[in-house]
Amino acid sequence: MRDRSAMIATGSEWTFDHLAALDQACAAHARRYRLDTFPNQIELITSEQMLDAYSAVGLPVNYHHWSFGKEFLANQKGYQSGEQGLAYEIVINSNPCISYLMENNSLAMQALVIAHACYGHNSFFKGNYLFRQWTQPEAILDYMVFARNYVAECEERYGYDAVERTLDALHALREHGVDRYKRPGKLDSLRERKEQAKRLQAAQERMRQSEYYSLVPQTPEAAVAERMFPEQPEENLLYFIEKHAPRLAPWQRELTRIVRKIAQYFYPQRQTKVMNEGWATFWHHRILNDMYDQDQIDEGVLLECMHSHTNVISQRQFGQFNPYALGFAMFTDIRRVCEHPTDEDREYLPDVAGRDWLEVLHDAMHNYRDESFILQFLSPKLLREFRLMHIRTDAEDDAWEVMQTASSEGFEKVRRELAANHRMELYLPEISVVRYHHDHDRSLLLRHQPYQGKLLDPELAEKTLTHLQYLWGYDVTLESVDPSGRVLHRFSAD
Amino acid sequence: MTSVIIDRRPQQGKSSANRQRVLRRLNRVLKAQVDDLVSKRRLTDLDQGAEVTVGKLDVSEPSFRIDQGTGVSDRVLPGNDRYRVGDRIPKPDPSGSGGGPGKGSDAGDGDAEEDNFRFMLSREEFLNLLFDDLELPELVRKELTEVVDRKFRRGGIVRHGNPGNMSVLRTFRASIGRRVAAASSIQDDLDRVEYRQGYAQEVADATLAQALALEADAVRRRATQVPFIDPVDLRHRSLIEIEAPRTAAAMFCLMDVSGSMTELRKDLAKRFFTLLYLFLRRKYENVELVFIRHTEVAEEVDEHTFFHHPQSGGTRVLAALEKMKEIIEARFPASRYNIFGAQASDGDSMGADPVQSRIFLTEQLLPLSRYFVYAETNEYAQANTALWAAYASIDHAGFNMAGVANRSEVYPALVKLFEKERHAATGRAGQGRTS
Repeated sequence: MRDRSAMIATGSEWTFDHLAALDQACAAHARRYRLDTFPNQIELITSEQMLDAYSAVGLPVNYHHWSFGKEFLANQKGYQSGEQGLAYEIVINSNPCISYLMENNSLAMQALVIAHACYGHNSFFKGNYLFRQWTQPEAILDYMVFARNYVAECEERYGYDAVERTLDALHALREHGVDRYKRPGKLDSLRERKEQAKRLQAAQERMRQSEYYSLVPQTPEAAVAERMFPEQPEENLLYFIEKHAPRLAPWQRELTRIVRKIAQYFYPQRQTKVMNEGWATFWHHRILNDMYDQDQIDEGVLLECMHSHTNVISQRQFGQFNPYALGFAMFTDIRRVCEHPTDEDREYLPDVAGRDWLEVLHDAMHNYRDESFILQFLSPKLLREFRLMHIRTDAEDDAWEVMQTASSEGFEKVRRELAANHRMELYLPEISVVRYHHDHDRSLLLRHQPYQGKLLDPELAEKTLTHLQYLWGYDVTLESVDPSGRVLHRFSAD
Repeated sequence: MTSVIIDRRPQQGKSSANRQRVLRRLNRVLKAQVDDLVSKRRLTDLDQGAEVTVGKLDVSEPSFRIDQGTGVSDRVLPGNDRYRVGDRIPKPDPSGSGGGPGKGSDAGDGDAEEDNFRFMLSREEFLNLLFDDLELPELVRKELTEVVDRKFRRGGIVRHGNPGNMSVLRTFRASIGRRVAAASSIQDDLDRVEYRQGYAQEVADATLAQALALEADAVRRRATQVPFIDPVDLRHRSLIEIEAPRTAAAMFCLMDVSGSMTELRKDLAKRFFTLLYLFLRRKYENVELVFIRHTEVAEEVDEHTFFHHPQSGGTRVLAALEKMKEIIEARFPASRYNIFGAQASDGDSMGADPVQSRIFLTEQLLPLSRYFVYAETNEYAQANTALWAAYASIDHAGFNMAGVANRSEVYPALVKLFEKERHAATGRAGQGRTS
């Protein structure tokens, strides 16, 4: 017989007392599993506000731009016509960690969402090395307020049209605003404001000088040095524009910086989708079961949670991978390999088999991204359970060829390919600045290195170059170059 | 480490600034749509919101994208229950841009819908776009977009109403009254029984005493059964709509539909009528529209015929003016209606007609009308037509004329009327017709 007197959640209607009790219970369970989190700030919102949060790309504050309004209208229409549901929650990588909970979630859903977002995602944000290196959760909210005010100020001073035109161009390039290999500097809105004034002054000075500078004959050495500029290809296009665009006004440089900083903030998210969702799903599953075992929630709540949980981790056949399904299965499987390893596991996962599961799980969460996580931890058993196969095609072929299936001999190869499927190069083209002809026509040359022979969509490339050219102020050319150095395609602004 | 729980729900509306920016950006596209709506919609339906459709290109945001149809593609997919190494799986659809089996059905379903971007314009947004087009001054815009709320007045207390309007005080008062009344009648009954109990004791009649004790119990029980609040106690505040002095207007749209009135001229005329209609609707609770088209003869038609069915023939303005007078006399007694006339023509009028029209207008119509405005929609012979020359000599406070060669001149044609009405409104306050 279960003791219902101590239960903190029964039925389906929630109150703020319920939420507080659920949060406390989750926190206690999370502590037992050594989940280290930022303090939580749980905010209850309406569906309208959820649409708002969607359109601000998941930040509580963002500057104004028409594209966010477009997003809002599109989501609003989808939601009102019933084509599209809304998320139960949105969680923001900030300190305190803000989670938006929808008001029309049932009590059970609120329990699930608190465990999932406030303790699952939250601990991932705080622990994972990519987030630790690339984001500053303490500073992001202040920085966004600073960004919004600055954009508003620019609109007032330079007009809506100019700001909109600049932001449009910057948004087109925002995925190329990240130092992929260097660790970025710290965000600090206060220092940002002070230094901004200094930068503006310096920039004006530079502009004044450059008018005369072009009249002074240059020494040959200086000319040679400039011809080779940049010395190394620069893949952070927005950084290069911010620092070197010859005709950009100082305020446009500042906007470039803002867009760049925000793009960088989202950089870890795309590389940890499987891990992040898997981690959060694993822990809400664990915590809710623990709560049931300790008579903190009743059967009804647990069953509703598990119903939703199974929906979330369902994997359609031949569909695209559901990151929740793969991630949840992998973390669950790691625990199995630790606790009940088979001979096969010992052979393929020697570093995992038989170790303390909680320790291994934390190690995986802290030190891997999707690609390396799959490469390191996917077991042959899981590979068979998912019935994975590796298929390949090329542009001329009219069919996909099955290269490997989940047989034991193909295991390593399929796992390697699955890991490669999660590489950024697959969806984000590698484009870098290779030459700035500073000494004559100031034109800019960019190079695209196709990954596995994949070319750019030509129409979009030209439109994007038009935006780049607007920022640069002089001619911009983009070449797709194969590994032998042969130019496959040359694009210029349309 | 403690969590903070915040109820964010009362805060609303962060999206409006971004929405304005979408509208600003799509201005050109939206104007074309509003144009379309102006020509399709009826005058009376014009001031409503509208769903607009914007091409995908107008809202596209380009970026460097990999064309997945090129190069070598490797995919690892789950759920293989039939293929072996070396099997070949035909690509599903050659037209799909490099999908392959990896693209699930959810990508396919949305494609057709995605071509267009649709959303609702509110009434204000729609009117603002329309007014932008007509280059209306800010003050007038505000006046025309404001919605007049229905006014309600308290109408005392009634027994039936909705729970939100319940008057707690009055309900309690009724409840107390009922309970006092019920209690006193019960007390009377109780007194009577007790008196008889005294008698039963005196005569030592045990049977009677027992019966009376039972009766006394029953009466006391009744006292506990009087409800605290009974449905008959409920009282509600009532609200009744104010019977404002009703003012009615009849707006006559007169238009020359002979061959020389091109689509462009008719389009200008429609905007001219629209603006007048919107204005009158603000001023008068009830605006009736009458459409009179004329060539050599005049007839009253419905709105669609008026704007969309061209006729061939000559032009005789007088016929339309006579028709207007005929209709006023038959249906719109000047004592009950404010008559407004709006005439649109390209001024193409022959022989004696212009002068006759002027005389008829001055002597017969203007005395009946509150205002009559003539818009000449002729982009070539501005202020140089026979009708213009004839009307130009009319000197009457209730008459105005203007050339309307493009959209920005629609409002100036009506500006005198608007000003006059505004002054009249401040002067008269609620009074109906002035003559």
